[in-house]
Amino acid sequence: MSQLLEVSGVSVSFDGFKAINNLSFSIGEAEMRAIIGPNGAGKTTFMDIVTGKTKPNAGTVLWGEMSRNLIGMNEAKIARIGVGRKFQRPTVFEDQSVFDNLMMAVKNTRAPWSVLFFKPKFKDIAKVEELASEIGLSDQLKRKSGELSHGQKQWLEIGMLLAQDPRLLLVDEPAAGMTLAEREHTTDILKRTAKTRAVVVVEHDMEFVRRLECKVTVLHEGSVLAEGSLDHVTANPQVIEVYLGR
Amino acid sequence: MQNTFFAKNPSILIFIGLLALFTLFVTVGSEATGMGFISTSFVKTLGKTLCLCLIALAMDLVWGYIGILSLGHFAFFGLGGYMIGMWLMYERTRDIVMGSLMNAALPPTPTEIRDAIGGQIFGVVGSNQFPAVWAFAHSLPLQLILVVLVPGLLALVFGWLAFRSRVTGVYLSILTQAMTLALSLYLYQNESGLRGNNGLSGLQNLPHLDAVPQSLISIWFFWASALALALGYLLCAWVVSGKFGSVIRGIRDDEQRVRFMGYSVEGYKLFVFVLTAVIAGIAGALYYPQAGIINPGEMAPIASIYLAVWVAIGGRGRLYGAVLGAAFVSLVSTWFTGGQVPSIPLGFYTVDWVDWWLVLLGLSFVLVTLFAPQGIGGLVDLIAGKLAPNRHGAPLGPDQGSLREEEAEK
Ligand SMILES: Nc1ncnc2c1ncn2[C@@H]1O[C@H](COP(=O)(O)OP(=O)(O)OP(=O)(O)O)[C@@H](O)[C@H]1O
Ligand SMILES: [Mg+2]
Repeated sequence: MSQLLEVSGVSVSFDGFKAINNLSFSIGEAEMRAIIGPNGAGKTTFMDIVTGKTKPNAGTVLWGEMSRNLIGMNEAKIARIGVGRKFQRPTVFEDQSVFDNLMMAVKNTRAPWSVLFFKPKFKDIAKVEELASEIGLSDQLKRKSGELSHGQKQWLEIGMLLAQDPRLLLVDEPAAGMTLAEREHTTDILKRTAKTRAVVVVEHDMEFVRRLECKVTVLHEGSVLAEGSLDHVTANPQVIEVYLGR
Repeated sequence: MQNTFFAKNPSILIFIGLLALFTLFVTVGSEATGMGFISTSFVKTLGKTLCLCLIALAMDLVWGYIGILSLGHFAFFGLGGYMIGMWLMYERTRDIVMGSLMNAALPPTPTEIRDAIGGQIFGVVGSNQFPAVWAFAHSLPLQLILVVLVPGLLALVFGWLAFRSRVTGVYLSILTQAMTLALSLYLYQNESGLRGNNGLSGLQNLPHLDAVPQSLISIWFFWASALALALGYLLCAWVVSGKFGSVIRGIRDDEQRVRFMGYSVEGYKLFVFVLTAVIAGIAGALYYPQAGIINPGEMAPIASIYLAVWVAIGGRGRLYGAVLGAAFVSLVSTWFTGGQVPSIPLGFYTVDWVDWWLVLLGLSFVLVTLFAPQGIGGLVDLIAGKLAPNRHGAPLGPDQGSLREEEAEK
């Protein structure tokens, strides 16, 4: 099976503290993966490395059929070649309407000059409306996104992520602040997305992870502690000790 | 297309309409074209104020919209002024020189003419040679191109270096201050070729137009300034509407997030920085012929700081706010520093406004920043009832999800 993303032997240290330690990880074209691990395990830092925000001290991050190295590319470039990211703390543009947030994310040319002369075409507007109904914000399109609740902002960000049409989605704690029904809907969206794309979900909520029905990677102190089905990893005594047993 | 643009932004039409009314009023009141209840010097003050409004628009675009607190835009303004000033001074001096050489027995050679003009212009700095920077001063079209090109290129080089290394926030502001300070210090030197601290003067006299009275010239420049402001407003309003506006406001609020969507933040910053530098240069080119003189002191760092104060008081992040702020503060400032405001005798001390005006301005800046971050523009919201809807209540947290307190109860 060809892999979409292959991270191997990556290490990062912040002022001598090893946040990521010789981490290796890979995910295929259309695959869902959950990453769990205690606070400070390095889950967010892992996403920072893949998306180009943090430069690792060692290791390689290879992408796609051509096995291009993502290390050294800037964030915007990485995003344009197909890596999308949802942040742990929902970050939407609060000063702007839901519509504008989504329209900004919809896949289109990103260069300043063409954006200046950009006119939303019918298909762009249709895309925004389709996404809005998927994330339950159809009635809120005109509202400023700052007025949305925490859960709605989470969804808006998921919508923006989907709008980018990425090949790999890195989703950091998508369900925080959502009701049970909302969580189930989020699971549905993610599972459907994973049929055609690679999706990496970081989540603390075990029930949520269980519903994703996918392979789980357990991170601890910056490296992979265990990998396999949820039942398999939760039966691992080391995992129980560092994470579940606390 | 035009329809939707104006329909979506009704404030543009209101602004242009008010500006047209104001222009009409001044035209009717001026000495040259109307009843004469507005003095020529006041027409000039108003014309200059419109130029300041134009640079305030540029400042609002670069600070209020994309979030770069540039404290160097008066450098671009000054450069624009110098570029037009060079032609004005050259051409007018040529008129004078030609007039006096006419009476000579032999017709003057081109070299003689050039030396005579050089001697007139550079006598004050002990030279009669034209420095290289004056190479195009004989041609109005070339100098007009330089009005746009010189500020634009400086902004391009400076911005490219600064944004590429991801300098942001206070550090970037300090860098822009350093740029304007360096430029001003450089121009103070006679070797800069722009007459050092003497600057360029006599710019209010248009070449070949000796017969035209200042009262008429002043209203011409007033009209030109009003037109430039109107066009500048349209341009800025168009730039900030639509997706480009969305992206730059996104960069202001969270540039990292915009990067992760695939937009090259540096490219956008550079674009806006250069565009606003060009607008500032054009504003300066209209301002200094009305002021009559330009010297390096105009580019002192403090000028650019004032600009930020105007925009803050007017309300950044909305174009008419910047215009209101610049017009209001600079006119009030003229009033106070012109010695027209009666001093307040306190018995033991007399508050003389020429000295105390700056304190008052500083105080209002602090008060506005603390209590009315929307500035004067916020008043418009009050009147239009366009306040952000207050949903009351706190978010209910994970279980009730997206609803707020009282919305959940019903
Ligand atoms: N920029 C940084 N500078 C210094 N230390 C950092 C930096 N970023 C992360 N760290 C440290 O690296 C470690 C891993 O952090 P990270 O945010 O990746 O954890 P996480 O697994 O996402 O945790 P959580 O579940 O709380 O989100 C933490 O100890 C954190 O303090
Ligand atoms: Mg995290």
